[in-house]
Amino acid sequence: MVRNMIRGGLCALLFAGAGAAQAQTPVKIGFITTLSTPAGYIGEDERDGFSLAIKQGGGKLGGVPVELVVEDDALKPANAKQAVDRMLQSGIKLYTGVNFSNVLAAVAPSVLRDGAYYVSLNAGPSTFAGEKCDKNYFVASFQNDAYHSAGGAAANELGYKRVVLLAPNYQAGRDALAGFKRTYKGEVLAEIYTKLDQSDFSVEMARVRSLAPDAIYQFHPGGAGINFAKQYANAGLTKTVPMLMPSFSMDGRMLAASGASAEGLYTVGMWTTEMDNPQSSAFVKAFTEAYGRKPTDYGMQAYDTALLIASALKAVNGDLSKGDAFRAALAKADFQTLRGKFRFDTNRHPVQDYYLMRIERSGNGFAPKIVRKVVSDGRDAYVGQCKG
Amino acid sequence: MALLFEQLLNGLQFGAMLFMLASGLTLIFGIMGVINLTHGSFYMVGAYCGAFALAHTNSFAAGAVAGLAGAALYGLLVEFTVIRRLYKRDHLYQVLATFGLILFTNEAVSMIFGRQPPMVEIPDFLQGTVPLAPGFQYPLMRLAFIVVGALVALGLWFLINRTRVGMLVRAGADDREMVDALGIDIQKLYSVVFGLGALLCGLAGVMAAPLLAVEIGMGERVLITTFVVIVIGGVGSVRGAMAGALLVGMVDSLGRAYFPQLLGAMLSPEVADMLAAGLVSASVYVLMALVLIFRPKGLLG
Repeated sequence: MVRNMIRGGLCALLFAGAGAAQAQTPVKIGFITTLSTPAGYIGEDERDGFSLAIKQGGGKLGGVPVELVVEDDALKPANAKQAVDRMLQSGIKLYTGVNFSNVLAAVAPSVLRDGAYYVSLNAGPSTFAGEKCDKNYFVASFQNDAYHSAGGAAANELGYKRVVLLAPNYQAGRDALAGFKRTYKGEVLAEIYTKLDQSDFSVEMARVRSLAPDAIYQFHPGGAGINFAKQYANAGLTKTVPMLMPSFSMDGRMLAASGASAEGLYTVGMWTTEMDNPQSSAFVKAFTEAYGRKPTDYGMQAYDTALLIASALKAVNGDLSKGDAFRAALAKADFQTLRGKFRFDTNRHPVQDYYLMRIERSGNGFAPKIVRKVVSDGRDAYVGQCKG
Repeated sequence: MALLFEQLLNGLQFGAMLFMLASGLTLIFGIMGVINLTHGSFYMVGAYCGAFALAHTNSFAAGAVAGLAGAALYGLLVEFTVIRRLYKRDHLYQVLATFGLILFTNEAVSMIFGRQPPMVEIPDFLQGTVPLAPGFQYPLMRLAFIVVGALVALGLWFLINRTRVGMLVRAGADDREMVDALGIDIQKLYSVVFGLGALLCGLAGVMAAPLLAVEIGMGERVLITTFVVIVIGGVGSVRGAMAGALLVGMVDSLGRAYFPQLLGAMLSPEVADMLAAGLVSASVYVLMALVLIFRPKGLLG
């Protein structure tokens, strides 16, 4: 027994001596995301954005070899729960990837109960931003409400007095409308909740038409959003009722699918492919070269998340058992973000700027161009409730 | 008023789509006695084949032909390889086998066409809206859907009531041994009916593709509603399928339009919207339960 331990120790020493990088076993990162269903392209962009950072680091993040373990959740919380339980059993300690808030609600508790780390690259539901915040849970993208509070601010700036709000009836949809209403000063004529997997919006279009608002604000990510935009244009509503939306309701892929019907629409977001900063331009170029398509916001967020994780892995040299050091390094957010600037609030959610953008012609296609900044250093409404 | 009118048209359009799916399903169940869960898959195959041909030829006509042919051929293939062996088996075997076929079809389609949902544009000649009354516009594509649905109904009525095949179909539904004994190749008749059902699914798929998302699993989502339609209408009756489809289409679209408003008058918006969303989802099943209480065999069963 003792001899075995000595032997093991000697081996470890030998390995360490043989060149740290080579002998280090890669840090496994559990990456559960949505790869199938109409929203599958979202997970694909997230996986590709994250992988791009690893590729650029030569298979490493922050000089630490990593291995991405990717699983498809098919937008079903139950699938994600099974996947994360499997991964936890196999000893994976670091997780990211989940796109949808309802899926995250199934993954995060398991991860945190196990003392593992979760770094969100997209979903930032209100449930984990306030009282239920956790020292091992970081959101590198945005807090759901904060994003849509920027939407409300943008609606004020555009002078919309009466609006109709539409969102799917799930956590992020309810967060979206709550966030919008927090900053919006005009009158909300109606809040219309759709089903998360709804594909036909004829009834909602008719209601919008009969309510005749100044504008609508709608949050429909993925395939549903494409349908929404197409049907909105097809119903002839774009001409009479302008549509304001978060950038998720009209990401790059959706723009490509919606074509000219999206020209002139306003979006709110924290980043666009047209953003004028060197690291963002370099990222868009590298992503386009690697995958033959422009990155969406999702790709950008995943890349940023990978850089954030890289900075923290570097600080502990890939040793995730150094919990306090790893957490501190994550919270420091010592990386070059594509968004221009980024820092963490005390509830480990971002403090960042949001912009009003207008969709205009760009090259062969269309892209959102920044009109002006609508929120500076935006924080979320739940910071105060997070103790510890 | 305009809202009501528009919702009625929306209900009609949804009903037209449900009818295309339900008529085939009810024929297959009524005549062949097969519970075919794969029916929704034919709809998906039709949509994918249509989208694929459209993307490669840029012609909606080619897409339509490919969608119809793809669904019908796949239907015949399924009938020939699997369903044929299930006619004499218990319904439980049929459910099991056709459920397996759903999983198989989903995987096969994603292997052939990829996971990326294909985009289908509304063809140029169906773009935009048409004025139906002063100040009232309705999308042309949806109007076309209603018209196609009506034509399908007429066509089926003619086929079943005025042709020899239709006569055999009606006879086969009543007494298949007798038809067999009269020297009719019942096997061939079954194949024709099955292919026709799949063809109608393909038509629904092609028509739905520009309006809805073409995606893996799109068939299952509508399959349950389709079964509700044929249960409400009376299993085996095409006229019942028609009545059921229209009823379900109307209840769904009117419910989605008016439940939130009705409840909003009494409750706070958050609660009203949540409750309304739940009620709308449930309303179709409530309708089915009510029909079954008063007419256990369905409206026209």
